[in-house]
Amino acid sequence: MPDGQDLRLPATAAPPPLAAAWHGIARRAAVLVLLGLAWEGYGRWIANDLVFPTLSDTLAAFWRLTLSGELAARAAVSLQVLGLGYGAGLLLAALLVVFAVASRFGSELLSTLTAMFNPLPAIALLPLALLWFGLGTPSLVFVIGHSVLWAVALNAHSGVQAIPPTLRRVGENLGLRGWQLTLRILAPAALPAIIAGLRIGWAFAWRTLIAAELVFGTTSRSGGLGWFIYERRNNLEIADVFAGLLAVIAIGLVVEGVIFRALEARTVRRWGLQR
Amino acid sequence: MSTPVLELRDVSLGYRTATGWLTACEGISFSLAEGERLMLVGASGCGKSTLLGAVAGFHAPHAGQLLLDGRPVTQPGPDRMMVFQEFEQLLPWKSVADNIAYPRRLAGTPRAEGRREAETLIAQVGLTGFADAFPHTLSGGMKMRVAIARALAARPRVLLMDEPFAALDALTRRRMQDELLRLWRDFGFTLLFVTHAIEEAVALGSRILVLSPHPGRVQAVLDVPDTLEERAALEARIHRLLLPEEVALHA
Repeated sequence: MPDGQDLRLPATAAPPPLAAAWHGIARRAAVLVLLGLAWEGYGRWIANDLVFPTLSDTLAAFWRLTLSGELAARAAVSLQVLGLGYGAGLLLAALLVVFAVASRFGSELLSTLTAMFNPLPAIALLPLALLWFGLGTPSLVFVIGHSVLWAVALNAHSGVQAIPPTLRRVGENLGLRGWQLTLRILAPAALPAIIAGLRIGWAFAWRTLIAAELVFGTTSRSGGLGWFIYERRNNLEIADVFAGLLAVIAIGLVVEGVIFRALEARTVRRWGLQR
Repeated sequence: MSTPVLELRDVSLGYRTATGWLTACEGISFSLAEGERLMLVGASGCGKSTLLGAVAGFHAPHAGQLLLDGRPVTQPGPDRMMVFQEFEQLLPWKSVADNIAYPRRLAGTPRAEGRREAETLIAQVGLTGFADAFPHTLSGGMKMRVAIARALAARPRVLLMDEPFAALDALTRRRMQDELLRLWRDFGFTLLFVTHAIEEAVALGSRILVLSPHPGRVQAVLDVPDTLEERAALEARIHRLLLPEEVALHA
């Protein structure tokens, strides 16, 4: 029977009052405007395009490179390589974590490997990768995969270990075992940690990729954003370098603020697993 | 006489600890007929939850036999659905209706039919209007209702309940007890219920099995009478069984 004290309406997150939201936006805009003014002022004061172009020059370069499609093409190359490396890293991480969940030996293997490789910056493996895979996409995929693998595996594994025992019992009680239990109960229950791992993995992968591209572009065709930045610096087109950096930042912000935020809103936030 | 739904023959349970083997309960024998409501009562540490876990198939007894419909229990399964004490026993990523329909979905019931059955159960546990709510938006008592509905959805041979109302406030607990009895009248399920609260056992059970502590042994098996006076007497008797020192103090 519905009983007054026991019943609550399904909670809907109370939206912040409109005024407060506007205040937040205004504050952020003020910070951005201040930073922009400082940039523009310093650029004009130093008056040396080869060292520090003004904000307006940078924005003009950014606009020109966007219209010509150059930035988009370079970003597409970078993101394609990133996708390959990220995918490879995730696949390996999933295999390792499933193995670690299934057996004690796997768990030991995973914690030993993550302890060894997590502190090792992926970019440090680039010289070796070049030796093994040559100048080209496979080397980039290797270092990106390495940068993603350990962060994701470490997070996912600790997420699985933090699952309340009752939830696991519920799965067993429903008759789920092995793979079924892992996929239907453990994976969704560990999702907050898995998404945190994906976020960290993304940040590592993006930085690693840009850094690796600074060393070489993908062979034959034009390289990605990192290579673009390197090329323009060699041509002393510093405003273009700044525009390239802006593009790197913008893509990072979009993935963080739009893609991951949407993923969280649809899953862990909706389920109350994360506030 | 027909085969009992559940039968325990001389069951002993224990677990390995840092210092050695710890016996939780030993020599437990009882049987449970269709539609019975058997309460396992005992002080904490008498192994009653461990015993229930063994019936659920979470751990194997180290001696004795555990039979469901005459067949040995070897692993967990939805024919022995368990309602746990913890509120966080619902799958947080599934709505109320999906949680309740889940056992049926796993058994291969089509989505629409599972949903229809879930809606009926939702109404029966008094949660109409909450089908699409997610568990984290519900109160403790409501979560417990969903857990009970989910267990009933699986149509278990025995419904296992491990102190399900212990974490609720007194008022909600009373209400949930009444509702469990009402559901029992509607569904006629067979119930094995663990509690440390003697009043709860007398209020809900048709039979009560009293376990002695450290290790748990069957101390008494008592039928629950119909009249209030007889029930009060039974309650007093169980008190004497479980707390002889305290009763002596009052005498």
